[in-house]
Amino acid sequence: MSKQREPVKLVPVPNPNIIPERDADKSPILECRHLGIDFSGLTAVNDFNMAIGRTEIAGLIGPNGAGKTTVFNLLTKVYQPTRGTILLDGYETSKMTTAQINRLGIARTFQNIRLFNNLTVEDNVKLGLHNYINYGTLSGVLRLPKYWKAERIAHERALELLSIFDMENLADIKAGALPYGAQRRLEIVRALATNPSLLLLDEPAAGMNPSETAELMDNIVKIRDLFKIAILLIEHDMNLVMGICEGICVLNFGEVIAKGTPDEIKNNPAVIEAYLGKGK
Amino acid sequence: MGKVKKLGAKTRYNIITYTVVVLAYIVMQLLSTGDMLTSSIEGMLVPICVYIVMAVSLNLTVGVLGELSLGHAGFMSVGAFSGVTVAVILENAVASEPLRLAIAMVAGAVFAAIAGFLIGIPVLRLNGDYLAIVTLAFGEIIKSIFNNLYVGLDSNGLHFSLLSDNTNLAEGGELIIGGPMGIGGIDRISTFTAGFVLIIITLIIVLNMMNSRTGRAVMAIRDNRIAAESIGIQVTKYKMIAFVTSAALAGASGALFAMNYSTIAANKFDFNTSILVLVFVVLGGLGNVLGSVIAAAALTVLPEALRGFDDYRMLTYAIVLILVMLATNSSTVRGFIDRLRFKKTGKES
Repeated sequence: MSKQREPVKLVPVPNPNIIPERDADKSPILECRHLGIDFSGLTAVNDFNMAIGRTEIAGLIGPNGAGKTTVFNLLTKVYQPTRGTILLDGYETSKMTTAQINRLGIARTFQNIRLFNNLTVEDNVKLGLHNYINYGTLSGVLRLPKYWKAERIAHERALELLSIFDMENLADIKAGALPYGAQRRLEIVRALATNPSLLLLDEPAAGMNPSETAELMDNIVKIRDLFKIAILLIEHDMNLVMGICEGICVLNFGEVIAKGTPDEIKNNPAVIEAYLGKGK
Repeated sequence: MGKVKKLGAKTRYNIITYTVVVLAYIVMQLLSTGDMLTSSIEGMLVPICVYIVMAVSLNLTVGVLGELSLGHAGFMSVGAFSGVTVAVILENAVASEPLRLAIAMVAGAVFAAIAGFLIGIPVLRLNGDYLAIVTLAFGEIIKSIFNNLYVGLDSNGLHFSLLSDNTNLAEGGELIIGGPMGIGGIDRISTFTAGFVLIIITLIIVLNMMNSRTGRAVMAIRDNRIAAESIGIQVTKYKMIAFVTSAALAGASGALFAMNYSTIAANKFDFNTSILVLVFVVLGGLGNVLGSVIAAAALTVLPEALRGFDDYRMLTYAIVLILVMLATNSSTVRGFIDRLRFKKTGKES
């Protein structure tokens, strides 16, 4: 952690994005300016601008292939952007690796669940706590007092985090053996364990039935209130998006076609044309 | 009830592993002092220890880190040659044989770790098949280097030369490594007890590491590299830790191995040896340390046990190997073992 390069802090510029009133006087947690990426000539995302407030729940929607997940991959540096800047809490993040981005404050879940399937649920959460567990390889091998203390704290913290979703009793089960819904929840817990200031959720409600989705909506709001963090989510379930998101950004063919509050988005002709459809 | 049992799950596995090794040592030691072992088995005690350490250490790379390495014997040979060289240098300085052996094994581990680090820099950038092929190449390179390396010791210190013997030793000097001839006239100071101690140290390192922050990170990389990066784990660092530890343990076992014989040559540590150890690991189960221990011991003894088949010995060995692989891989047998386990513990879900 100490070896991390000192990032350059830029002064945030005023921008036209919608940010909830309670966050308006604070600088945004995330700011993207003219973000874009090309894959050998194909422009996947172009001129993406967005700002997210400190405790905002924001949505990123759009048809399949619009580039939503690519935006997540750009934010977490799975891909290096071809153009544009990303400011995380005012820090310029170009040249950072995925791991450094996480330590600076972005945690994410994946569209196709990516858990450590052969490890227990508890170990998955402890891995999220990895950078907060303070002992080296040697202390671990020699079982120094440091090891026992840090592991005990990690164990308690892991159970505490699992209790958000009432999953403490699953701690000893292999993550790969969990039912689908629990795997999605575990991924969120693991991401939260890294102590992020911005949580990215990639289709958290995919494959869930309406009652599970309703529960998930409550939980997302609960997480925001509990951890006081910003959440950006990609989702196709419009009830969820319109229900909890305060600001929504609509992507189509890699370009932002609309931004606004749920009501503005619902009535935006361009969004209806490209994504929502006329029936709604 | 939950908490005590929870702690039990991993710890119990470790306790069983240590117990098996200690009991096996005590039994063999008793049989040996009681003169009840044939000389061929007696002579295999140290190699068995060596192969157990090799298998457990390779399991760290293949089973725990999840990267196929085909050059493990290369690290063994680095350990063997550097260990023996150090032992020869210290011949007069350190009188106690066990101490000299210990220093030689530590030296072997250090040199193998350095080799592992240097090889790891390019190799760990690769994944899967590519990594396997490149480790294979490095194993061969190490073998070629030792086949052409001459190291001599005289009153002026150490002399090195490559390709041909240009060490020009002063009178009374001694050629330690003689190119393709390898090392001759080694003091056979390896003992079964030393092998046992090395196994215990290896188990402590590997098992403790697996149940610590470091081991979790390594296993996370194996299970899902992208997810591991996304939660802030430095992938290269942890891959390197696992790879270097694995190489160091192989180096220590190499030193022990070399000093069990009066001569040792680089050809002993070729591709076949790497594959043999890989067979132990696969048979014992990837990531299963106790499995590696048992498989290494059983398969090292097996050719000896099949002596009754005379000319068909190696053929039988191969057939037994195939049958065991099929059996351990079949769901029927696995289900049977799981049922046994279920009955014993009376729980599991």
